[in-house]
Amino acid sequence: MAEFLSLHDAVARYVQDGATVAMEGFTHLIPFAAGHEVIRQQKRDLTLIRMTPDIIYDQMIGAGCAKKVIFSWGGNPGVGSLHRLRDAVEKGWPHKVEILEHSHAAMACAFEAGAAGLPLAVFRGYIGSELPSVNDQIKFIECPFTGERLAAVPSVRPDVSIIHAQRADRQGNVLVEGIVGVQKEAVLAAKHSIVTVEEIVDDLNAHPNACVIPSWAISAIAIAEKGALPSYTHGYYGRSNRFYKEWDAIARDRDTFTQWLDDNVFNATDNVGGQA
Amino acid sequence: MSLEYTSSEMMSVTAARALENGMTCFVGIGLPSEAANLARLTHAPDVVLIYESGTLQTKPAILPLSIGDGELCESALTTVAVPEMFRYWLQGGKIGVGFLGTAQIDRFANLNTTLIGDYKAPKVRLPGGGGAPEIATNAGEVFITLKHSKRAFVKDVDFITTLGFGRDGKGRDNVPNIGKGPTRVITDLCVMKPDPETKELVVVSLHPGVSREDVIEATGWEVRFAEQLESTPEPSANELEILRELKARTERVHAGA
Repeated sequence: MAEFLSLHDAVARYVQDGATVAMEGFTHLIPFAAGHEVIRQQKRDLTLIRMTPDIIYDQMIGAGCAKKVIFSWGGNPGVGSLHRLRDAVEKGWPHKVEILEHSHAAMACAFEAGAAGLPLAVFRGYIGSELPSVNDQIKFIECPFTGERLAAVPSVRPDVSIIHAQRADRQGNVLVEGIVGVQKEAVLAAKHSIVTVEEIVDDLNAHPNACVIPSWAISAIAIAEKGALPSYTHGYYGRSNRFYKEWDAIARDRDTFTQWLDDNVFNATDNVGGQA
Repeated sequence: MSLEYTSSEMMSVTAARALENGMTCFVGIGLPSEAANLARLTHAPDVVLIYESGTLQTKPAILPLSIGDGELCESALTTVAVPEMFRYWLQGGKIGVGFLGTAQIDRFANLNTTLIGDYKAPKVRLPGGGGAPEIATNAGEVFITLKHSKRAFVKDVDFITTLGFGRDGKGRDNVPNIGKGPTRVITDLCVMKPDPETKELVVVSLHPGVSREDVIEATGWEVRFAEQLESTPEPSANELEILRELKARTERVHAGA
Protein backbone atom coordinates (compact mmCIF):
# COMPACT_ATOMS: atom_id res chain seq x y z
CA MET A 1 0.00 0.00 0.00
CA ALA A 2 1.13 3.51 -0.74
CA GLU A 3 2.22 5.46 2.29
CA PHE A 4 1.08 9.06 2.70
CA LEU A 5 4.19 11.16 3.36
CA SER A 6 5.09 14.80 3.19
CA LEU A 7 6.89 15.66 -0.04
CA HIS A 8 10.02 16.34 2.00
CA ASP A 9 9.96 12.90 3.60
CA ALA A 10 9.09 11.07 0.38
CA VAL A 11 12.04 12.62 -1.46
CA ALA A 12 14.36 12.13 1.52
CA ARG A 13 13.48 8.45 1.72
CA TYR A 14 13.39 7.43 -1.94
CA VAL A 15 15.74 9.72 -3.87
CA GLN A 16 19.30 8.77 -2.99
CA ASP A 17 22.44 10.43 -4.31
CA GLY A 18 23.54 8.56 -7.42
CA ALA A 19 20.06 7.18 -8.14
CA THR A 20 18.45 6.78 -11.54
CA VAL A 21 15.35 8.96 -11.46
CA ALA A 22 12.50 9.37 -13.95
CA MET A 23 10.22 12.36 -13.39
CA GLU A 24 7.63 12.02 -16.10
CA GLY A 25 4.69 13.97 -17.50
CA PHE A 26 4.52 14.56 -21.23
CA THR A 27 4.29 18.37 -21.22
CA HIS A 28 1.37 17.88 -18.79
CA LEU A 29 1.44 17.01 -15.07
CA ILE A 30 5.16 17.69 -14.82
CA PRO A 31 6.12 17.17 -11.16
CA PHE A 32 7.72 20.57 -10.53
CA ALA A 33 7.06 20.63 -6.78
CA ALA A 34 8.94 17.33 -6.42
CA GLY A 35 11.75 18.62 -8.63
CA HIS A 36 12.15 21.62 -6.37
CA GLU A 37 12.22 19.39 -3.32
CA VAL A 38 15.03 17.35 -4.90
CA ILE A 39 16.91 20.63 -5.50
CA ARG A 40 16.29 21.82 -1.90
CA GLN A 41 17.63 18.56 -0.51
CA GLN A 42 20.69 18.99 -2.76
CA LYS A 43 20.60 15.49 -4.22
CA ARG A 44 23.67 14.79 -6.32
CA ASP A 45 24.91 12.57 -9.17
CA LEU A 46 21.44 11.65 -10.36
CA THR A 47 20.86 9.99 -13.70
CA LEU A 48 17.78 11.86 -14.88
CA ILE A 49 15.48 10.20 -17.40
CA ARG A 50 12.70 12.11 -19.17
CA MET A 51 11.44 12.11 -22.75
CA THR A 52 11.34 15.91 -22.72
CA PRO A 53 13.70 17.31 -20.04
CA ASP A 54 11.64 20.52 -20.11
CA ILE A 55 12.44 23.31 -17.67
CA ILE A 56 12.09 20.97 -14.68
CA TYR A 57 15.36 19.23 -15.58
CA ASP A 58 16.87 22.52 -16.74
CA GLN A 59 16.38 23.72 -13.14
CA MET A 60 17.71 20.50 -11.59
CA ILE A 61 20.73 20.42 -13.93
CA GLY A 62 21.53 24.07 -13.17
CA ALA A 63 21.20 23.34 -9.47
CA GLY A 64 23.84 20.62 -9.76
CA CYS A 65 21.67 17.54 -9.19
CA ALA A 66 22.46 15.70 -12.43
CA LYS A 67 25.32 13.50 -13.54
CA LYS A 68 23.66 12.23 -16.69
CA VAL A 69 20.51 13.02 -18.66
CA ILE A 70 18.70 10.50 -20.86
CA PHE A 71 16.15 12.18 -23.13
CA SER A 72 14.59 12.37 -26.57
CA TRP A 73 13.72 16.06 -27.06
CA GLY A 74 15.63 18.66 -25.07
CA GLY A 75 14.01 22.03 -25.68
CA ASN A 76 11.76 24.61 -24.06
CA PRO A 77 8.56 23.77 -25.98
CA GLY A 78 7.57 26.53 -28.38
CA VAL A 79 10.27 28.82 -26.96
CA GLY A 80 13.78 27.55 -27.70
CA SER A 81 16.77 26.03 -25.92
CA LEU A 82 17.19 24.71 -22.41
CA HIS A 83 20.06 27.01 -21.48
CA ARG A 84 21.07 25.26 -18.23
CA LEU A 85 21.22 21.88 -20.02
CA ARG A 86 23.32 23.42 -22.78
CA ASP A 87 25.62 25.25 -20.35
CA ALA A 88 26.25 21.99 -18.47
CA VAL A 89 26.86 19.93 -21.60
CA GLU A 90 28.85 22.53 -23.54
CA LYS A 91 30.71 24.41 -20.79
CA GLY A 92 30.52 22.11 -17.79
CA TRP A 93 28.61 24.52 -15.49
CA PRO A 94 28.02 23.87 -12.62
CA HIS A 95 29.72 20.63 -13.63
CA LYS A 96 29.94 18.38 -16.65
CA VAL A 97 26.77 16.47 -17.48
CA GLU A 98 26.73 13.46 -19.78
CA ILE A 99 23.86 13.05 -22.23
CA LEU A 100 22.35 10.03 -23.92
CA GLU A 101 19.78 10.81 -26.55
CA HIS A 102 17.05 8.76 -28.12
CA SER A 103 13.92 9.29 -30.18
CA HIS A 104 10.48 9.56 -28.55
CA ALA A 105 9.43 6.18 -29.95
CA ALA A 106 12.50 4.54 -28.40
CA MET A 107 11.94 6.06 -24.97
CA ALA A 108 8.20 5.37 -24.96
CA CYS A 109 8.90 1.74 -25.86
CA ALA A 110 11.68 1.56 -23.25
CA PHE A 111 9.33 2.75 -20.49
CA GLU A 112 6.70 0.27 -21.62
CA ALA A 113 9.27 -2.56 -21.65
CA GLY A 114 10.37 -1.54 -18.16
CA ALA A 115 6.77 -1.74 -16.94
CA ALA A 116 6.47 -5.13 -18.64
CA GLY A 117 9.55 -6.41 -16.82
CA LEU A 118 11.50 -6.98 -20.02
CA PRO A 119 15.21 -6.23 -20.44
CA LEU A 120 14.74 -4.53 -23.80
CA ALA A 121 12.28 -2.84 -26.11
CA VAL A 122 12.02 -3.87 -29.75
CA PHE A 123 10.51 -1.56 -32.34
CA ARG A 124 10.73 -0.44 -35.95
CA GLY A 125 12.85 2.61 -35.51
CA TYR A 126 16.05 4.59 -36.09
CA ILE A 127 16.08 3.54 -39.76
CA GLY A 128 18.66 5.71 -41.51
CA SER A 129 19.14 7.93 -38.46
CA GLU A 130 22.67 8.67 -37.24
CA LEU A 131 21.61 8.60 -33.58
CA PRO A 132 22.86 4.98 -33.23
CA SER A 133 26.38 6.25 -34.08
CA VAL A 134 26.40 8.50 -31.00
CA ASN A 135 24.40 6.34 -28.59
CA ASP A 136 25.81 2.87 -27.91
CA GLN A 137 22.55 1.87 -26.21
CA ILE A 138 20.85 1.64 -29.62
CA LYS A 139 21.31 -1.76 -31.27
CA PHE A 140 19.63 -3.68 -34.07
CA ILE A 141 18.37 -7.22 -33.93
CA GLU A 142 16.92 -9.60 -36.47
CA CYS A 143 13.36 -10.81 -36.05
CA PRO A 144 13.64 -14.61 -35.57
CA PHE A 145 10.42 -15.12 -37.53
CA THR A 146 10.64 -12.73 -40.47
CA GLY A 147 14.28 -11.71 -40.57
CA GLU A 148 13.33 -8.03 -40.40
CA ARG A 149 15.96 -5.75 -38.88
CA LEU A 150 14.48 -4.00 -35.86
CA ALA A 151 15.81 -1.50 -33.34
CA ALA A 152 16.42 -2.51 -29.74
CA VAL A 153 17.09 -0.35 -26.69
CA PRO A 154 17.42 -1.33 -23.02
CA SER A 155 14.24 -0.97 -21.00
CA VAL A 156 14.00 1.92 -18.54
CA ARG A 157 14.17 0.63 -14.95
CA PRO A 158 14.53 3.67 -12.67
CA ASP A 159 15.40 3.41 -8.99
CA VAL A 160 12.58 5.84 -8.45
CA SER A 161 9.92 7.38 -10.67
CA ILE A 162 8.09 10.55 -9.68
CA ILE A 163 4.86 11.73 -11.27
CA HIS A 164 2.13 14.25 -10.52
CA ALA A 165 -1.58 13.37 -10.76
CA GLN A 166 -4.99 14.94 -10.18
CA ARG A 167 -5.99 13.03 -7.08
CA ALA A 168 -5.71 10.03 -4.83
CA ASP A 169 -8.38 8.44 -2.69
CA ARG A 170 -7.88 7.72 1.00
CA GLN A 171 -6.54 4.24 0.23
CA GLY A 172 -3.87 5.75 -2.02
CA ASN A 173 -5.26 4.79 -5.42
CA VAL A 174 -4.36 7.45 -7.99
CA LEU A 175 -6.31 8.84 -10.94
CA VAL A 176 -4.41 10.37 -13.88
CA GLU A 177 -6.48 12.23 -16.47
CA GLY A 178 -5.85 14.08 -19.73
CA ILE A 179 -2.56 13.61 -21.54
CA VAL A 180 -1.27 10.58 -19.64
CA GLY A 181 2.10 10.35 -21.39
CA VAL A 182 4.24 7.52 -20.02
CA GLN A 183 3.39 8.13 -16.37
CA LYS A 184 1.80 4.77 -15.59
CA GLU A 185 4.66 3.00 -17.36
CA ALA A 186 7.20 5.07 -15.42
CA VAL A 187 5.66 4.10 -12.07
CA LEU A 188 5.37 0.41 -12.94
CA ALA A 189 8.91 0.28 -14.36
CA ALA A 190 10.53 1.70 -11.21
CA LYS A 191 11.69 0.03 -7.99
CA HIS A 192 10.05 2.84 -6.01
CA SER A 193 7.62 5.56 -6.93
CA ILE A 194 6.39 8.86 -5.55
CA VAL A 195 3.11 10.35 -6.75
CA THR A 196 2.28 13.94 -5.88
CA VAL A 197 -1.39 14.86 -6.13
CA GLU A 198 -3.52 17.99 -6.12
CA GLU A 199 -5.88 16.58 -3.52
CA ILE A 200 -7.05 13.55 -1.58
CA VAL A 201 -10.70 12.64 -2.12
CA ASP A 202 -13.18 10.08 -0.76
CA ASP A 203 -14.03 8.70 -4.19
CA LEU A 204 -11.97 8.93 -7.40
CA ASN A 205 -15.16 8.84 -9.50
CA ALA A 206 -13.20 7.06 -12.22
CA HIS A 207 -14.95 5.43 -15.16
CA PRO A 208 -14.07 1.75 -15.73
CA ASN A 209 -11.29 2.38 -18.27
CA ALA A 210 -9.72 5.39 -16.61
CA CYS A 211 -5.98 5.53 -15.96
CA VAL A 212 -5.94 4.45 -12.32
CA ILE A 213 -2.74 3.34 -10.58
CA PRO A 214 -3.54 1.09 -7.61
CA SER A 215 -2.23 1.99 -4.19
CA TRP A 216 -0.23 -1.24 -3.91
CA ALA A 217 1.81 -0.30 -7.00
CA ILE A 218 2.97 3.03 -5.50
CA SER A 219 5.53 3.63 -2.72
CA ALA A 220 4.51 7.07 -1.49
CA ILE A 221 1.90 9.73 -2.08
CA ALA A 222 2.40 13.37 -1.17
CA ILE A 223 0.01 16.26 -1.53
CA ALA A 224 1.42 19.06 -3.67
CA GLU A 225 -1.21 21.60 -4.54
CA LYS A 226 -0.42 23.25 -7.88
CA GLY A 227 2.49 20.82 -7.91
CA ALA A 228 2.74 20.84 -11.71
CA LEU A 229 3.00 24.61 -12.25
CA PRO A 230 4.21 26.10 -14.63
CA SER A 231 3.09 22.92 -16.39
CA TYR A 232 -0.61 22.21 -15.93
CA THR A 233 -3.07 19.83 -14.34
CA HIS A 234 -6.01 18.99 -16.58
CA GLY A 235 -9.23 19.97 -14.80
CA TYR A 236 -7.42 22.09 -12.18
CA TYR A 237 -5.29 24.84 -13.77
CA GLY A 238 -3.76 25.75 -17.11
CA ARG A 239 -0.19 25.81 -18.35
CA SER A 240 1.65 29.05 -17.69
CA ASN A 241 2.88 29.63 -21.21
CA ARG A 242 4.04 33.03 -19.97
CA PHE A 243 6.41 31.46 -17.44
CA TYR A 244 7.80 29.10 -20.09
CA LYS A 245 8.60 32.18 -22.17
CA GLU A 246 10.06 34.07 -19.18
CA TRP A 247 12.24 31.07 -18.34
CA ASP A 248 14.30 31.71 -21.45
CA ALA A 249 15.70 34.95 -20.02
CA ILE A 250 16.06 33.56 -16.48
CA ALA A 251 17.98 30.49 -17.60
CA ARG A 252 20.18 32.24 -20.15
CA ASP A 253 22.36 33.83 -17.50
CA ARG A 254 24.07 31.95 -14.63
CA ASP A 255 23.62 34.74 -12.09
CA THR A 256 19.98 35.38 -12.95
CA PHE A 257 19.33 31.67 -12.70
CA THR A 258 21.11 31.34 -9.35
CA GLN A 259 19.15 34.27 -7.98
CA TRP A 260 15.88 32.77 -9.25
CA LEU A 261 16.76 29.46 -7.60
CA ASP A 262 17.46 31.16 -4.26
CA ASP A 263 14.27 33.20 -4.37
CA ASN A 264 11.91 30.54 -5.64
CA VAL A 265 13.27 27.17 -4.54
CA PHE A 266 15.77 27.36 -1.68
CA ASN A 267 13.88 30.05 0.20
CA ALA A 268 10.46 28.61 -0.53
CA THR A 269 8.83 25.67 1.17
CA ASP A 270 6.28 24.80 -1.46
CA ASN A 271 6.00 25.04 -5.21
CA VAL A 272 6.03 28.62 -6.36
CA GLY A 273 8.04 27.86 -9.45
CA GLY A 274 5.33 28.93 -11.79
CA GLN A 275 4.10 32.26 -10.59
CA ALA A 276 1.42 32.51 -13.26
CA MET B 1 -6.95 42.19 -58.14
CA SER B 2 -4.20 40.57 -56.16
CA LEU B 3 -4.20 40.35 -52.40
CA GLU B 4 -1.54 41.53 -50.00
CA TYR B 5 0.16 38.75 -48.10
CA THR B 6 3.54 37.88 -46.62
CA SER B 7 5.88 35.10 -47.73
CA SER B 8 5.19 33.33 -44.41
CA GLU B 9 1.47 33.38 -45.14
CA MET B 10 2.15 32.07 -48.63
CA MET B 11 4.12 29.21 -47.10
CA SER B 12 1.42 28.32 -44.56
CA VAL B 13 -1.38 28.38 -47.13
CA THR B 14 0.62 26.28 -49.61
CA ALA B 15 1.53 23.80 -46.87
CA ALA B 16 -2.12 23.63 -45.79
CA ARG B 17 -3.23 22.91 -49.36
CA ALA B 18 -0.94 19.89 -49.45
CA LEU B 19 -3.26 18.18 -46.96
CA GLU B 20 -6.34 16.63 -48.50
CA ASN B 21 -9.65 16.19 -46.75
CA GLY B 22 -9.80 12.85 -44.97
CA MET B 23 -6.03 12.38 -44.70
CA THR B 24 -4.65 11.15 -41.38
CA CYS B 25 -1.82 13.45 -40.35
CA PHE B 26 0.76 13.16 -37.55
CA VAL B 27 1.52 16.81 -36.85
CA GLY B 28 4.78 18.38 -35.70
CA ILE B 29 4.71 21.50 -33.57
CA GLY B 30 5.26 24.97 -35.09
CA LEU B 31 4.82 25.58 -38.82
CA PRO B 32 3.35 22.11 -39.57
CA SER B 33 0.77 22.60 -36.81
CA GLU B 34 -0.20 26.00 -38.22
CA ALA B 35 -0.59 24.59 -41.74
CA ALA B 36 -2.47 21.47 -40.63
CA ASN B 37 -4.99 23.46 -38.62
CA LEU B 38 -5.43 25.96 -41.44
CA ALA B 39 -6.25 23.01 -43.72
CA ARG B 40 -8.79 21.75 -41.20
CA LEU B 41 -10.41 25.18 -40.95
CA THR B 42 -10.60 25.66 -44.73
CA HIS B 43 -10.73 22.96 -47.43
CA ALA B 44 -10.15 19.86 -45.28
CA PRO B 45 -12.66 19.85 -42.39
CA ASP B 46 -12.34 16.07 -42.02
CA VAL B 47 -8.55 15.90 -41.93
CA VAL B 48 -7.54 13.82 -38.89
CA LEU B 49 -4.85 15.56 -36.85
CA ILE B 50 -2.76 13.55 -34.41
CA TYR B 51 -0.08 14.91 -32.07
CA GLU B 52 2.58 12.79 -30.38
CA SER B 53 1.25 13.68 -26.93
CA GLY B 54 -1.41 11.04 -27.61
CA THR B 55 -4.22 13.31 -28.78
CA LEU B 56 -6.12 11.58 -31.57
CA GLN B 57 -8.31 13.49 -34.00
CA THR B 58 -7.89 16.82 -32.29
CA LYS B 59 -9.50 20.13 -33.30
CA PRO B 60 -7.74 22.91 -31.36
CA ALA B 61 -9.30 26.37 -31.59
CA ILE B 62 -5.88 27.93 -31.00
CA LEU B 63 -2.42 26.71 -31.98
CA PRO B 64 -0.62 24.87 -29.19
CA LEU B 65 2.65 26.30 -27.85
CA SER B 66 3.78 22.86 -26.72
CA ILE B 67 2.96 19.47 -28.18
CA GLY B 68 0.95 18.65 -25.06
CA ASP B 69 -1.16 21.75 -24.45
CA GLY B 70 -4.49 21.09 -22.74
CA GLU B 71 -6.32 22.45 -25.77
CA LEU B 72 -5.19 19.44 -27.81
CA CYS B 73 -6.58 16.98 -25.27
CA GLU B 74 -9.84 18.84 -24.65
CA SER B 75 -10.66 19.03 -28.36
CA ALA B 76 -9.54 15.48 -29.22
CA LEU B 77 -11.78 12.52 -29.96
CA THR B 78 -9.69 10.58 -27.46
CA THR B 79 -6.28 10.72 -25.82
CA VAL B 80 -4.06 7.66 -25.60
CA ALA B 81 -0.81 6.98 -23.74
CA VAL B 82 2.38 7.95 -25.54
CA PRO B 83 3.64 4.35 -26.00
CA GLU B 84 0.30 3.46 -27.61
CA MET B 85 0.58 6.49 -29.89
CA PHE B 86 3.97 5.45 -31.23
CA ARG B 87 3.37 1.70 -31.28
CA TYR B 88 -0.21 1.17 -32.43
CA TRP B 89 -1.03 4.33 -34.34
CA LEU B 90 2.28 5.29 -35.93
CA GLN B 91 4.27 2.04 -36.14
CA GLY B 92 1.03 0.14 -36.76
CA GLY B 93 0.63 1.95 -40.07
CA LYS B 94 -2.43 4.06 -39.31
CA ILE B 95 -0.86 7.40 -40.31
CA GLY B 96 -1.05 8.64 -43.91
CA VAL B 97 1.21 11.63 -43.67
CA GLY B 98 3.74 12.93 -41.18
CA PHE B 99 4.07 16.72 -41.27
CA LEU B 100 7.46 17.90 -40.01
CA GLY B 101 9.53 21.01 -39.56
CA THR B 102 13.31 20.99 -39.19
CA ALA B 103 16.34 23.15 -38.50
CA GLN B 104 18.41 21.81 -41.40
CA ILE B 105 17.55 19.83 -44.54
CA ASP B 106 19.81 18.56 -47.31
CA ARG B 107 19.40 17.75 -50.99
CA PHE B 108 18.19 14.24 -50.15
CA ALA B 109 15.65 15.64 -47.67
CA ASN B 110 17.47 14.27 -44.62
CA LEU B 111 16.59 16.32 -41.54
CA ASN B 112 18.87 17.55 -38.78
CA THR B 113 17.40 18.69 -35.47
CA THR B 114 20.32 17.47 -33.34
CA LEU B 115 23.20 19.91 -33.75
CA ILE B 116 25.27 22.10 -36.03
CA GLY B 117 28.93 21.17 -36.14
CA ASP B 118 30.57 18.12 -34.62
CA TYR B 119 28.63 15.89 -32.21
CA LYS B 120 31.32 16.03 -29.49
CA ALA B 121 31.87 19.79 -29.83
CA PRO B 122 28.72 21.31 -31.32
CA LYS B 123 28.59 24.86 -32.63
CA VAL B 124 24.87 24.94 -31.96
CA ARG B 125 23.06 22.32 -29.94
CA LEU B 126 19.45 21.72 -31.11
CA PRO B 127 16.67 19.93 -29.17
CA GLY B 128 17.10 16.49 -30.73
CA GLY B 129 14.97 13.94 -32.50
CA GLY B 130 11.69 13.86 -30.61
CA GLY B 131 9.11 11.97 -32.64
CA ALA B 132 10.59 12.73 -36.06
CA PRO B 133 12.92 9.73 -36.70
CA GLU B 134 10.04 7.25 -36.54
CA ILE B 135 7.35 9.57 -37.97
CA ALA B 136 9.49 9.92 -41.10
CA THR B 137 9.82 6.17 -41.64
CA ASN B 138 6.51 4.82 -40.32
CA ALA B 139 4.09 7.35 -41.86
CA GLY B 140 2.91 6.67 -45.41
CA GLU B 141 4.63 9.82 -46.65
CA VAL B 142 6.17 12.97 -45.23
CA PHE B 143 5.57 16.65 -45.90
CA ILE B 144 8.19 19.11 -44.67
CA THR B 145 7.79 22.83 -44.22
CA LEU B 146 10.42 25.42 -43.25
CA LYS B 147 11.74 28.79 -44.29
CA HIS B 148 14.19 28.84 -47.15
CA SER B 149 17.75 29.95 -46.32
CA LYS B 150 21.28 28.89 -47.10
CA ARG B 151 21.80 27.98 -43.46
CA ALA B 152 18.81 25.63 -43.48
CA PHE B 153 19.11 24.18 -47.01
CA VAL B 154 22.54 22.57 -47.07
CA LYS B 155 24.17 20.08 -49.44
CA ASP B 156 24.70 17.55 -46.65
CA VAL B 157 23.25 17.89 -43.17
CA ASP B 158 25.75 17.86 -40.29
CA PHE B 159 23.86 15.01 -38.67
CA ILE B 160 21.01 12.83 -39.96
CA THR B 161 18.53 12.88 -37.11
CA THR B 162 15.70 11.83 -39.40
CA LEU B 163 15.94 9.94 -42.66
CA GLY B 164 14.92 11.53 -45.93
CA PHE B 165 16.63 9.39 -48.55
CA GLY B 166 20.05 8.98 -46.91
CA ARG B 167 23.48 10.32 -47.84
CA ASP B 168 23.27 8.80 -51.35
CA GLY B 169 19.52 8.94 -52.04
CA LYS B 170 19.21 5.18 -51.60
CA GLY B 171 18.43 5.12 -47.86
CA ARG B 172 14.97 3.61 -48.32
CA ASP B 173 15.81 1.12 -51.08
CA ASN B 174 15.00 -2.47 -50.13
CA VAL B 175 13.99 -1.53 -46.57
CA PRO B 176 10.82 -3.45 -45.66
CA ASN B 177 7.83 -1.75 -44.05
CA ILE B 178 9.02 1.77 -44.65
CA GLY B 179 6.99 4.76 -45.88
CA LYS B 180 7.59 6.66 -49.11
CA GLY B 181 9.46 9.35 -47.21
CA PRO B 182 9.41 13.05 -48.05
CA THR B 183 7.13 13.72 -51.03
CA ARG B 184 7.17 17.50 -50.85
CA VAL B 185 8.97 20.35 -49.15
CA ILE B 186 7.09 23.63 -48.82
CA THR B 187 9.08 26.81 -48.16
CA ASP B 188 8.37 30.52 -48.26
CA LEU B 189 9.85 30.62 -51.78
CA CYS B 190 8.81 27.44 -53.52
CA VAL B 191 7.67 23.82 -53.46
CA MET B 192 10.24 21.05 -53.94
CA LYS B 193 9.75 17.37 -54.65
CA PRO B 194 12.28 14.54 -54.81
CA ASP B 195 13.39 13.45 -58.28
CA PRO B 196 11.75 10.06 -58.89
CA GLU B 197 15.11 8.47 -59.77
CA THR B 198 17.86 10.20 -57.79
CA LYS B 199 15.64 11.44 -54.91
CA GLU B 200 17.39 14.81 -55.01
CA LEU B 201 15.01 17.66 -54.19
CA VAL B 202 13.93 19.59 -57.30
CA VAL B 203 11.98 22.86 -57.38
CA VAL B 204 8.60 22.13 -58.98
CA SER B 205 6.76 25.36 -58.24
CA LEU B 206 7.78 28.96 -57.55
CA HIS B 207 5.62 31.19 -55.38
CA PRO B 208 4.30 34.39 -57.04
CA GLY B 209 6.98 37.06 -57.33
CA VAL B 210 9.83 34.64 -56.55
CA SER B 211 12.57 34.16 -59.17
CA ARG B 212 14.84 31.19 -59.82
CA GLU B 213 17.71 33.37 -58.61
CA ASP B 214 15.98 33.91 -55.26
CA VAL B 215 15.82 30.14 -54.72
CA ILE B 216 19.38 29.55 -55.98
CA GLU B 217 20.61 32.26 -53.61
CA ALA B 218 18.87 30.64 -50.61
CA THR B 219 19.91 27.04 -51.32
CA GLY B 220 23.22 25.51 -50.31
CA TRP B 221 23.58 23.21 -53.29
CA GLU B 222 23.24 23.60 -57.07
CA VAL B 223 19.51 23.32 -57.01
CA ARG B 224 17.69 22.01 -60.08
CA PHE B 225 14.32 23.15 -61.42
CA ALA B 226 11.67 20.96 -62.97
CA GLU B 227 11.32 21.22 -66.74
CA GLN B 228 7.71 22.22 -66.31
CA LEU B 229 8.17 24.70 -63.53
CA GLU B 230 4.83 25.80 -62.18
CA SER B 231 3.65 28.93 -60.41
CA THR B 232 2.15 28.28 -56.98
CA PRO B 233 -1.43 29.57 -56.80
CA GLU B 234 -1.91 32.63 -54.59
CA PRO B 235 -3.72 32.40 -51.26
CA SER B 236 -7.42 33.20 -51.35
CA ALA B 237 -8.98 35.97 -49.28
CA ASN B 238 -10.76 33.32 -47.21
CA GLU B 239 -7.56 31.40 -46.45
CA LEU B 240 -5.76 34.57 -45.42
CA GLU B 241 -8.61 35.68 -43.21
CA ILE B 242 -8.83 32.34 -41.42
CA LEU B 243 -5.05 32.09 -41.00
CA ARG B 244 -4.87 35.62 -39.54
CA GLU B 245 -7.76 34.97 -37.18
CA LEU B 246 -6.16 31.72 -36.01
CA LYS B 247 -2.85 33.45 -35.30
CA ALA B 248 -4.47 36.42 -33.56
CA ARG B 249 -6.56 34.09 -31.38
CA THR B 250 -3.47 32.08 -30.50
CA GLU B 251 -1.46 35.16 -29.59
CA ARG B 252 -4.22 36.53 -27.37
CA VAL B 253 -4.56 33.31 -25.42
CA HIS B 254 -0.81 32.67 -25.01
CA ALA B 255 -0.14 36.23 -23.87
CA GLY B 256 -2.84 35.99 -21.22
CA ALA B 257 -1.91 32.65 -19.64
